[in-house]
Amino acid sequence: MSTSQALSVTSLKGEVTALVVDDDKVSQVIHHHLLNILGIENHVVGNGKEAVEIHLSGKKFNLILMDRDMPVMNGIEATKKLRDMGIRSTIAGVSSHSVSQERQAFIEAGLDDYHEKPLSVAKLLSVVSKIMHKA
Amino acid sequence: MDVGLMQMQGRLTDYMNSLFKEGILDSQYLELHELQDESNPGFVVEVVSLFLTDSEKLLDDLSRDLTQQNVDFKRAHAQAHKMKGSSCSIGAPRVKNACIVFQNFCQEKNIRGCLRCLQQMKQEFVLVKSKLEALFELEQQVVAAGGSLPKMQPINPSV
Repeated sequence: MSTSQALSVTSLKGEVTALVVDDDKVSQVIHHHLLNILGIENHVVGNGKEAVEIHLSGKKFNLILMDRDMPVMNGIEATKKLRDMGIRSTIAGVSSHSVSQERQAFIEAGLDDYHEKPLSVAKLLSVVSKIMHKA
Repeated sequence: MDVGLMQMQGRLTDYMNSLFKEGILDSQYLELHELQDESNPGFVVEVVSLFLTDSEKLLDDLSRDLTQQNVDFKRAHAQAHKMKGSSCSIGAPRVKNACIVFQNFCQEKNIRGCLRCLQQMKQEFVLVKSKLEALFELEQQVVAAGGSLPKMQPINPSV
């Protein structure tokens, strides 16, 4: 799906907010831009600990794009922590080239969705559609 | 239409096709282009520049780490995982594949294999860097001549 087609399908400006949790700057820029294209206001943090801290500061997000492998606190730990805190946002795990046990451990931490990197407009739209159904 | 411009666009298209044919770039690179628009015209250059800077530093770190008395294979594996992810994100499959092989050697704690493979990673990185710089140069020439960048489809999309 091209970006112009994606825009004509849905405009989420003001409806959905997102948090990008990834230590890789390339992924941060791509995911931040992808979300912007869909009109999704978003914050970017560099590891799981920062994701927890931003929630402790009182901020909430409809969607969290959670990388698995990060320093300080990885995506599995951060997802478990956020769920323990009562955060019910849609958490979509993203990772590059995982074996099935690693993927399963991540999903069992409390994910709503899982995608291999890199995210595309189509993958992101499928994640977002789950938020809309949840609402 | 300006014949000179058409020739430039033709050269650009041929060059892009050669990069896909050689497996230096794959369809993910085109996906990045799909995200570039008037509101963010430098998006692809920004993302690629980030990849090149980060990868260069990462390769330096790995070179240093592999010469330590007690090699930290877990750390080296994690570093390669980062480079694998970012090379995949920009559509550089040969760099990505070299990282995967490196990770396998890390899991085996095979220092010779790691060192050999690190050379391969460096070679693939230098190759994709020079090809991308040449590609951007051609794109700049087309845009400077008043032309638009041609829409591309990869000849041999990666599986």
